[in-house]
Amino acid sequence: MSVTTTTPPKASMREFIRKGKPPTEDYRELLFELEAKGELEVQRVPEPYVEVETKYGRKKKIPLEQTWHHKSCGQCGHIPGYSTAIFWLNRKLGYEYHDPRDQTSCTAWNYYASSTSNSGAQAAVAVRNFAQAKLDGFFPMIHCGTSYGHYKEVREEILHHSKLRDQVRKIMDRLKMPFVFPEEIVHYSEWVHVVRQEIAEKQVLDFSGITATVHPACHYHKLVVEDAIYDRELYDGQRTAIVTALVEALDAKAADYSTWHDCCGFGFRHILVSRDFSRSFATVRKIERMKEEADPDVTITHDTGCVTTLDKSQFAAQAHGRNVGIPVMSDAQFAALAMGAHPYKVCQLHWHGVDMKPLMEKMGIDHEKAWQEFEEVASRLKDNGTEFMTWEDADA
Amino acid sequence: MSIYKDAKYQDVPYEKKQKLFQEVKEDMRWESVMYGCYECGICVAACPSARFYDFSPRVFAQVMGREDIDTFYELLNDSVWDCSQCFSCTRCPRQNNPGAIITIMREVAVNHGLSSAKKALQAYSRIIYKIMSTGTQVAPDMLQPDFFPDWGPDVKDVSENLDVWRRAVPPETMHTTELAWDVSEKTRLELYMIWKLTGNLEMIENIDEGIFMILEEVMEELLEEHGYDIDDFENVLED
Repeated sequence: MSVTTTTPPKASMREFIRKGKPPTEDYRELLFELEAKGELEVQRVPEPYVEVETKYGRKKKIPLEQTWHHKSCGQCGHIPGYSTAIFWLNRKLGYEYHDPRDQTSCTAWNYYASSTSNSGAQAAVAVRNFAQAKLDGFFPMIHCGTSYGHYKEVREEILHHSKLRDQVRKIMDRLKMPFVFPEEIVHYSEWVHVVRQEIAEKQVLDFSGITATVHPACHYHKLVVEDAIYDRELYDGQRTAIVTALVEALDAKAADYSTWHDCCGFGFRHILVSRDFSRSFATVRKIERMKEEADPDVTITHDTGCVTTLDKSQFAAQAHGRNVGIPVMSDAQFAALAMGAHPYKVCQLHWHGVDMKPLMEKMGIDHEKAWQEFEEVASRLKDNGTEFMTWEDADA
Repeated sequence: MSIYKDAKYQDVPYEKKQKLFQEVKEDMRWESVMYGCYECGICVAACPSARFYDFSPRVFAQVMGREDIDTFYELLNDSVWDCSQCFSCTRCPRQNNPGAIITIMREVAVNHGLSSAKKALQAYSRIIYKIMSTGTQVAPDMLQPDFFPDWGPDVKDVSENLDVWRRAVPPETMHTTELAWDVSEKTRLELYMIWKLTGNLEMIENIDEGIFMILEEVMEELLEEHGYDIDDFENVLED
């Protein structure tokens, strides 16, 4: 009797073909059903928007402008060049945005760290922010990966639990605000993704000699997986295309490594009060693997906690002689640098831990001159205690 | 009585353990986070905490599925706080979400003021105060060498130049040192009203009475200044 054997094709030869219906329900249909019943109001994505494909093949609308920037605690507090770069990109590409004072944190960092909250409170915090965005006349654009992930969780709970909707409605009535939920929950890195060709057209630095590793944020693509952007041209549609597509659009090399799917080690509570864990995971599982397997010039990520953990964990590891020393920044900072943003006045790289100078030299940035320019402005501000750096100063 | 000879917390009445277990299962999210476990271990392979702690998301799924009340109580006290809440475990082929099971368990631990929860959150409670009173979780002035000695010399540089370096950031909302960004007073009050209306302050009281008292005093003074009646904010979740 003859036995027929077949050899499966190599991974690089396989073609990803999506078959059948998505395995998940369409949250937009459910939102619109609730709106039709008068339970809540759905804020539509404003035009102009770009449609992109998400994990299960559905299309997601990403607005280009009229965006209400839902800022991130960790970015604004500890990595100010991150948020600044997002705003700078909007300004340079000519898209109208709003940077609100009537926004609170999503409070999810605290929730995942301590659980000193509950579903009702978390949903009300989300809806209050969304209602405020609607009242301000802009569409929410979420800066933090955890806010993005948590708001998707809140959406799941609101869609499926009438009791929770009743609770949120009572709270919003007390606050004298409407019960609003956006049609799409949009992360800023999705906006960067859809405008990456515009960024590339305005690129002034040559990144062709730069090798970057990408770290995707867990709360972007693992926590409620539905909304994350996928592209069959990248990783054969098997991993999210976010960040990597930008790196490639800017002509840098996106180098792969074996622990791409791993978390950064942030841990929420751990990064603040149990950092031995965060440091160990970030350096042993992420940075050292990248170093060994890809030896990149920089690591690019798209979330608050990931930039913080991957960057700040390297100092202590270096003291122990570990194989570390990779600069870490966000996709927004990387894109802004490519377009000629000032490394200190805009990207605020002096707030980062790992030495960025070798990277800047490879990018063709005169960091000594740039630091002198920053110091000149800082000195002026020091002499005048009420003055601030303006956007004009930042581009001077 | 536990089936394990070396089981911990044998002095805690079974009825108490069962009550807490039931609270987890009665949470509205329970039905969408636990479907049954193959014991395949994919969640453990993906889990960062499993690499550095005696911690396993698979054990949480198994114990909850088996309704092993004694081991549940051990997990609730001994390893629930090791989880990173990254949700890498959602790679589960049965669509279990061990990270979310743990979120619910932590809420139950906090609601009952378990001493293990108090201990786990001891150093963290000032962060709770920051987020609940200001609406931002971390602030630039937290970057102190004493608090982050392992983050290297740049923390000292930031701390020494904080006022000038914050004013040297272009967005106007970020010229702050005590908050991550400038949250309006009206918005901070709205956030506090949400905490009042959802019983969150009682949760804080269970974990850290000192922080609760400061928070209540500071925020309620602010509410009164703005003409709100504090007694008018009953817990709407209890209706």
